[in-house]
Amino acid sequence: MTFEAVSYESIPHALISGIAISLLCSVVGLFLVLRKFSLFGDALAHSAFGGVAFGLFIGIYPLWIACAVAILSALGLTKIRQKFDISGDAIVAILLSTGLGAGVILVSLTEDFEFHDIEEFLFGSAIVDTQNVVTILALAGIILTILFFTYKKILYSTFSEEQAKASGIPVEKMSYLLITMAGVTVVISMQLVGVLLISALFVLPNVSAMLYARSFKQTVILSMLFAVSATVSGIIMSYQFEIAQAGCIVLVAAAIFIGSLVAKGSGLVKTAGILAK
Amino acid sequence: MFINNSGVDFTMIVDIQKLSVDYSGIKALDDISFGIAEGDFLGIIGPNGAGKSTLFHCMLGLRTQYDGTIKFFGQDIRDSRKYLSQVGFVPQKPVVDRNFPATIREVLSMSQNSSDSKKVDEALQKVWMHELADRRIGDLSVGQQQRVFIAKALVNSPKILVLDEPVTGIDQYNQDLFFQILGELNTKEKISIIWASHDLDAVERLASKVACLNKTLFFHGISKEFFSDDEMLKKYSETSMQMHMHHH
Repeated sequence: MTFEAVSYESIPHALISGIAISLLCSVVGLFLVLRKFSLFGDALAHSAFGGVAFGLFIGIYPLWIACAVAILSALGLTKIRQKFDISGDAIVAILLSTGLGAGVILVSLTEDFEFHDIEEFLFGSAIVDTQNVVTILALAGIILTILFFTYKKILYSTFSEEQAKASGIPVEKMSYLLITMAGVTVVISMQLVGVLLISALFVLPNVSAMLYARSFKQTVILSMLFAVSATVSGIIMSYQFEIAQAGCIVLVAAAIFIGSLVAKGSGLVKTAGILAK
Repeated sequence: MFINNSGVDFTMIVDIQKLSVDYSGIKALDDISFGIAEGDFLGIIGPNGAGKSTLFHCMLGLRTQYDGTIKFFGQDIRDSRKYLSQVGFVPQKPVVDRNFPATIREVLSMSQNSSDSKKVDEALQKVWMHELADRRIGDLSVGQQQRVFIAKALVNSPKILVLDEPVTGIDQYNQDLFFQILGELNTKEKISIIWASHDLDAVERLASKVACLNKTLFFHGISKEFFSDDEMLKKYSETSMQMHMHHH
């Protein structure tokens, strides 16, 4: 089968790592969405794909190479963006296409290459390896701890760069920190939803939460709740109906978003949000 | 015309000496020197493009390429950025994303050292916004948002407020409220204020001192002296007109 469904044995691993990944994606993704950088996760994932292909090409475990490539290219482009005043969406496009282009070339150069080698990185896979789950939990724990101690500064830099700088907050450092955390998040999430569907976990739970929430705290809590619900139900659906796990997770997240839009549009939800007039 | 502060018994908060800024060969500020003492309410007036925002950017460390020295509390700002914790900045008309999911209370808590909710409440009370503390910032009018930004500047109990044309585009009612708040902060709380404005009437009414800027500083002194000096006012309006013509 090209697209992998969750097997009975892998359910506990998939659920544990899936919950950790969805918590991480929703929080890191919220800052990207608020910075109007929604597709940045996608761009990071595509450049990470270049890293995966490079790893396969030189015969080193590709995820760590992917992590390094995604972070370094994103930091480099952010520096270029600041120096030459290039718009954020252009940077996303450059990162996305260059990463994919490099990846395709490297894949074509790799001897004895089989599509199955990159399939799990493109579309995600059921995580079965215990060590993999431990790594995901450890990295998620580290990033969430860093975010807990720095979120006010990152939020202030997101809200108003000028005011944050004038308050003595190291805005550029906060930006680099966020990009680094997003890079690591993307690489560990690639295993669950794959390169092509990653932005769904970054964007959908947050946009849905912003429809209901009246404060930043509420937005974070709701977004985490939506992301975890989508992941858990997606994994269960994948097992139940033997269909691709990543697609299930993304479609449940999209269904939550559409449901929220309907609730909002029909007046069932009266809180202010992105559709408020 | 400069006021010589030497020998007078009061603390200098800001001391700027020979400040010059060049934008690709074009002078934005040329050899500016002045000081701000404790309790001063200094209105900076000057036409568009006179260098007011550039001056503020240098003072707040947002621009680091300049000649001359800027000292806050006796220390060169190139040596340390710690002074910023005692400076409150209110920017030109705030640009707030309507959908930014943060309440007024959360916006005030974003500053460093401001996890203390009592301080946040006190700051909001000073600008009469405490009843709206749990509203989303994007739901407020521009005038109300600007009051929130004063409160935000006040959270860390600053010694000086820096305001860059803060009432541009705000209705008269909110402008009057804003000016009343500034007056109270200066007289009751003893906070020094440096305030860039186009509004000569408001500056005459509120500021104790005036600095007239047009790339160079052509007046710095007591507000009453400036506004009672017809020659100086004529010179100011001529310069403003020249700059206006130059811009068009």
